[in-house]
Amino acid sequence: MQTSASAGIGAHGAVYDDDIVKKFLIATVAWGVVGMLVGVIIALQLAWWPANLGLPWTTFGRLRPLHTNAVIFAFAGNICFTGIYYSMQRLLKTRMWSDALSKIHFWGWQLIIVSAAVTFPLGLTQSREYAELIWPIDIAITLIWVVFAINFFGTIAIRNVKHIYVAIWFYMSFVITIAVLHIVNNLAVPATFLRSYPVYSGMTDALVQWWYGHNAVGFFLTTPFLGLMYYFLPKAAERPIYSYRLSIIHFWGLIFLYIWAGPHHLLYSGLPDWAQTLGMVFSIMLLAPSWGGMLNGLLTLRGAWERVRTDPVLKFMVVAVSFYGMSTFEGPMMSIRGVNGLAHFTNWVIGHVHSGALGWNGMMTFGVLYWLVPRLWNKPLARPAMATQHFWLATIGIVLYTVAMWAAGLMEGLQWRAIGDGGQLANPIFIDIVHRLEPFYWLRLLGGFLYLVGAVMAAYNFWKTIRGPESLSTDVAAPVPAT
Amino acid sequence: MADETKHHGSEKKYGQFHRRVFEANAVNFAVWATIAILIGGIVEIVPMFTPAGPEISPDVTPYTALEVAGRDIYVSEGCYLCHSQWVRPMRAEILRYGPWSRAWEYQYDRPFQLGSRRIGPDLHRVGNKYPDAWHYEHMRDPRSTSPGSIMPSYAWLLTKRIDPADVEASMVALRKTGTPYSDEEIASVEQSLAAQGGEIVGRLQVAGIESEPDRAIVALIAYLQRLGVDGRAALQKRGVEY
Ligand code: HEC
Ligand code: HEM
Ligand code: HEM
Repeated sequence: MQTSASAGIGAHGAVYDDDIVKKFLIATVAWGVVGMLVGVIIALQLAWWPANLGLPWTTFGRLRPLHTNAVIFAFAGNICFTGIYYSMQRLLKTRMWSDALSKIHFWGWQLIIVSAAVTFPLGLTQSREYAELIWPIDIAITLIWVVFAINFFGTIAIRNVKHIYVAIWFYMSFVITIAVLHIVNNLAVPATFLRSYPVYSGMTDALVQWWYGHNAVGFFLTTPFLGLMYYFLPKAAERPIYSYRLSIIHFWGLIFLYIWAGPHHLLYSGLPDWAQTLGMVFSIMLLAPSWGGMLNGLLTLRGAWERVRTDPVLKFMVVAVSFYGMSTFEGPMMSIRGVNGLAHFTNWVIGHVHSGALGWNGMMTFGVLYWLVPRLWNKPLARPAMATQHFWLATIGIVLYTVAMWAAGLMEGLQWRAIGDGGQLANPIFIDIVHRLEPFYWLRLLGGFLYLVGAVMAAYNFWKTIRGPESLSTDVAAPVPAT
Repeated sequence: MADETKHHGSEKKYGQFHRRVFEANAVNFAVWATIAILIGGIVEIVPMFTPAGPEISPDVTPYTALEVAGRDIYVSEGCYLCHSQWVRPMRAEILRYGPWSRAWEYQYDRPFQLGSRRIGPDLHRVGNKYPDAWHYEHMRDPRSTSPGSIMPSYAWLLTKRIDPADVEASMVALRKTGTPYSDEEIASVEQSLAAQGGEIVGRLQVAGIESEPDRAIVALIAYLQRLGVDGRAALQKRGVEY
């Protein structure tokens, strides 16, 4: 059988489509840098308002959705597809069901991202968080998702192994749930080609949207990433998953409980009390299956900790899983009514978001990328030392970012609510509190900038690797040097 | 190299059950996973359309044509990313902003704009807080009214025009979603825009500002001045203080 640069050969002789994996991988890196650059720009705008430039297209309100959509749907989304196309072919010992559908999925998804990057600066948005894209793009997303789902389930149908491995369970919940969330949340009546109004109003709209929003976290930033963890962490550590039974319990627990937790975004609002209570209770319960996943990941490394010291891939993954544990501890705490009363609306939430986003999603992504690039292109990593430097820059960046935001959030939360001796507000002038946040905003900017520099270093490293001399080895599965 | 993705360890009974029933049968797996992820959403969302859902009230009326146009600008600019419209039932919030926000006050809000951040202050009770001219100057250059503000300036709204046909399309769509606009209201969008816009332009003129009724800034001011007003009046009528 012919081996080409873009095809790996499986145990049963199936030729895998690695070309599509490479495409998604390159898109991940490119959009990651763009999305984080926009993150740095909006961080600058909060520290120094003239960075809004006085132009309609560059104000904070228009660029922030560009940041969130680029990092979630382009950066995180593309790495999920990268990992899924790579691992599911190998786990199921078959090529993807249809190469044509793979290609349509890839180009369609990138086109959707480009349309987001064009429409947001023009002020074309639904202004419903994480579902900002206007209705024609929403329809395109639905169509492309159906293409992906057909290919995904088609590949499962033609598999050459009997049992479906745990990573694929998580991918499956991603494919199914995102479809349900996206369609139900975006039901709207168009007014023009560029504008529509949701069929839900007021608090109902709020509930549906946060049911979607929280589960975008659950099923876009969590379950597919757990799938990546279940495939790539054991591969990188060369150890089997710690506990099969734990993976069963925490999978079903996680997907069942997650869906209920949306109302923790609407505590102390006009949402009926029964719904607020359900959201709070299920969010607290969510701690258990979340930590089940974290423990299963970390304990897989038992006996391999020695290698964590030398292998950047494992370094990234260990920190990722640790931040997953941290943000899924913090989240349930923030869902307790009283705690949410303080944290809500503040930068604390931004700290929580980015400990999950930079720590869990970002670090996992880079771990997978550093593992995949040498294998896909069959060349050793061009600058191994640079990968370790990236790791440290990113880790310091996350710490600066989250610590600054926690401090800022706690401070503003307390100052907003402080009541003086006379029973009046202790800080009646809102903008005074805003000014006290300024040093924290600069610190966050520094942290985010370091993280971005790390991402650019990774891009450079990958570019050098891909452009580098051909490896002598022709064995696609050849282990690469650890550092 | 060993296959690390193989499950290891002893498998208790339910492990074997899971392997046989789910892992070996993808259709089963997909169906049960779908059921698992549907339950929570159904239990929480369906009752919202029954009496267990948010209260509605006749004291709140739909936005006027000009306010719809203003709200479209608010939505389009992403103001909600810095401003909440959601006063929580807490002492400090009531002191700072006014009566806490009731569910029925949002009944005609499509999309909802409660927001999740307060980079700037809450706006749910901002209606009638400042004169129109204050908003005009503030949107042109926030630093002119609020020294040290970090809000971007929106000077282009001063010259941008709104299109009555566009506003009419919005109202037609809103009516389809359930907002009770009458045929008359839809037919008279242009006059309604001119009349309410004219009033605002008149008040701006008194403050020495020249504008025109079809300017985007005028629509935005109309919307901002409407925020929380119906709710406040209804609460007063009911004798509720906060
Ligand atoms: C980068 C964040 C940011 C964005 C985006 C933003 N604002 Fe603001 N806004 C602020 C801050 C900070 C203040 C407080 C200082 C001041 O009065 O300017 C404020 C104040 C206000 C006030 C006065 C509130 C009061 O009670 O004193 C209004 C009204 C307002 N903004 C409207 C808007 C509108 C309308 C938009 C969208 C077109 C918008 N803002 C976009 C940050 C923002
Ligand atoms: C270079 C790194 C980054 C920087 C500097 C950065 C900066 C920012 C800033 C300034 C905001 C707005 C905060 C506010 O409203 O006060 C934000 C929001 C957000 N960012 Fe990032 N970001 C970065 C990377 C990422 C990544 C990699 C992800 C996801 C994978 C991410 C996800 C988000 C999300 C979801 C929000 C919205 C949070 C909310 O609404 O509560 N960010 N980011
Ligand atoms: C058990 C798990 C988790 C729970 C219970 C949880 C809970 C919460 C709570 C209570 C908030 C604050 C809502 C508010 O007051 O506005 C929040 C915000 C948020 N969380 Fe989590 N969290 C969890 C895990 C995560 C993870 C792992 C990530 C990221 C990868 C994440 C991303 C976010 C985002 C993006 C927001 C901001 C939403 C917004 O306001 O725009 N969460 N979460």
